[in-house]
Amino acid sequence: MDIDRKKLDTIIRKNGGESSRILAIYQDIQKEYRHLPQEAVRYVCGKLDIPVVKGYEVATFYKSLSLKPKGKHSVCVCLGTACHLKGGPSILEAFERELKIKKDGTTEDGVFTLESVNCLGACALAPLVRVDGNDFGKSSPVTIKKIINEFKHGA
Amino acid sequence: MIQSLDDLENIKKERDSQYRKHKKTVRICFGPGCQASGSRKIYELLKAELKSESLQSKVRVVTTGCHGLCERGPLVILNDDEIFYQSIGKRKAKAEEEIRLIINTIKTGEIADKLLMDSHEKGKKYTSVKEIPFYSFQKKIILNIVGKIDPEYIDEYIAHDGYKALFKALTTMKSDEILGWVQKSGLRGRGGGGFATGAKWKSCKEAHGSPKYILANGDEGDPGAFMDRVLMEGNPHAILEGMIIGGYTIGSNQGYIYVRDEYPLAVKRLSTAIEQARKQGLLGTNIFNTGFDFDIAIVRGGGAFVCGESTALMSSLEGKSGEPRAKYIHTVERGLWDKPSNLNNVETWACIPVIINNGWEWFASIGNEKNKGTKVFSLVGKVKNTGLVEVPIGATLRQIIYDIGGGIQDDREFKAVQTGGPSGGCIPKEYLETPIDFDTLRELGSMMGSGGMIVMDDRNCMVDVARYFLKFLVEESCGKCVPCREGTRRMLEIVERICDGEGKEEDIAHLEELGRAVNIGSLCGLGQSAANPVLSTLKYFMDEYEAHIKDKKCPAGVCKPLIHYTILENCTGCTLCARECPSNCITGEKKKLHTINQDKCIKCGMCYEVCKFGAVKVV
Repeated sequence: MDIDRKKLDTIIRKNGGESSRILAIYQDIQKEYRHLPQEAVRYVCGKLDIPVVKGYEVATFYKSLSLKPKGKHSVCVCLGTACHLKGGPSILEAFERELKIKKDGTTEDGVFTLESVNCLGACALAPLVRVDGNDFGKSSPVTIKKIINEFKHGA
Repeated sequence: MIQSLDDLENIKKERDSQYRKHKKTVRICFGPGCQASGSRKIYELLKAELKSESLQSKVRVVTTGCHGLCERGPLVILNDDEIFYQSIGKRKAKAEEEIRLIINTIKTGEIADKLLMDSHEKGKKYTSVKEIPFYSFQKKIILNIVGKIDPEYIDEYIAHDGYKALFKALTTMKSDEILGWVQKSGLRGRGGGGFATGAKWKSCKEAHGSPKYILANGDEGDPGAFMDRVLMEGNPHAILEGMIIGGYTIGSNQGYIYVRDEYPLAVKRLSTAIEQARKQGLLGTNIFNTGFDFDIAIVRGGGAFVCGESTALMSSLEGKSGEPRAKYIHTVERGLWDKPSNLNNVETWACIPVIINNGWEWFASIGNEKNKGTKVFSLVGKVKNTGLVEVPIGATLRQIIYDIGGGIQDDREFKAVQTGGPSGGCIPKEYLETPIDFDTLRELGSMMGSGGMIVMDDRNCMVDVARYFLKFLVEESCGKCVPCREGTRRMLEIVERICDGEGKEEDIAHLEELGRAVNIGSLCGLGQSAANPVLSTLKYFMDEYEAHIKDKKCPAGVCKPLIHYTILENCTGCTLCARECPSNCITGEKKKLHTINQDKCIKCGMCYEVCKFGAVKVV
């Protein structure tokens, strides 16, 4: 994939060009591309003058970074303890059935990526679903069709 | 620029006179719970309606941090807790109608009964915040202005005596005196370990090497806990103030706050707070003209649970993967970049200004013998009043779950409460009267953790809970040391087999042995407590394990291979379940009893979810 080197340079500069800020640099790049392109990892390592293996170590250690491209909308089902006890897993299964993908997959049309997270910190409203930063509290397998439609047609 | 106490007082006066210009105040909760319930929409509707009534100059609308009672969100509170309106926009009536009722209250003072919270007595409602048991049993010293102020404005914090403690510490106290106060206050680390904060500060202060670093842990990874999120979002300046005082005491000029990546709003609020504090000269050089310099930077985490561990957090700050190190030398001596580093949880930092303002004696008078002050808990799960509560340490589980929490949802039976996240355990009902502090919880095989309290009822399977935490730990183990990486994985395999109905009798002994080995042999806190969820459920809920292994039954009706769904005689034949069933395995004529084809059923529970007559049963 083509990466915009100027953009990457700006991001690196914004973070002081410091190798200790590599995680922040990756996160900023991911915000641009909705994932962390491998080309970008190599480019950043070159600029920061660190071994590529170190760059990949960080890129693959942290869960919030993804080397795989993601869909336009990210559906995130919370599986924190409270959400788990109140039916989070069955909501994830319902999304899998409805979107016809497995967890961490992206729909064929590239509209949705389905993920789970270990807690979003809105436990009082369990079970919770977050789509592109919008939280849907007290969800159930019944309400998810509405959520999908809301974003599909808004797309 | 703020350089003196007068400057602080002037800002306070200015704010007060602004407050007085507005006759009424409306506070709308923008905590995580209320936002997920739609408080932003309520805010916009209310603002628009006030404008159309030309009331915008008379009524001050404040968007605040979490007010606590998330279950009843969105919350709208009028005139300093006088009137408590709840679940706005959540009833059948249109949100617009409820907004008009609020406007009517503002205009005429007439209270809308409909929007108040029901009391225990039939037909009686609670009007003010202090009447509501959820609030009246609490003691808020950390959260007291979260829920009152708009966290995006430093003036609001200063108007509530913010940064006065910093002034007092920097201009009237020597660093040894502050250290003495923190030690005598009896404050213990709120991140879960419960280590004496004063002792940690002392070691770091006395450590050789410079520069020294002040670190705040906001990487709240425990699932089911959101105290730190609320604090960072709702009162970020309290954390900054605590850290600056800490820097002055220990002799550090640089602080870092490590914030969880899943909390974007916390990052935003803390950034705003730091920017404003810099502008006012409360961060930067020569703070309060004392010659003391201090600055703070924010670092976002990367979604790794292990980074809540001190050495892993420091590794992550250094731009490496977040793997823990062995602690032969403590981080107070050699931490971040091998320099003396003092890491405390954000809640611990927020305690510091309170201690300086009110004196250590006052702080030490709250709590019990070995545990001082208050603790914030996130009370969630199967409890009626879910939300955030702050109580003196030493309150009993019953007080928290029943007096404040209102008991179990749908009046079902209480089974257990899980504390301490994946490092903690499940505490059964025999211990409801136990005072909750760092030591008692450890004796019960659990731990305080950062303060998550997840209540479970008779429909939660304890073997499934053990499986849940093991799965979590397998995913989150960094993989550096063998006992944690392999041990948790093997334990998960065994527990999964038990949940699938294929458990063997010797599995229990195996689990106990493996669990002990993992706890003893692991490198960091994550591994050393990884077996707690299994060991504590084995200790208190052996009967459930035995039911799974011997009788091949899941008494709570959770483990799928051991249950099936049936439709009872009271089925009205509404056909809803048949229409919603994803595998089309429910048949039956309209208005007649339906049946489930067990061979085709995938046990997704959809029929159970949608049935309005309670006619679907799990057996």
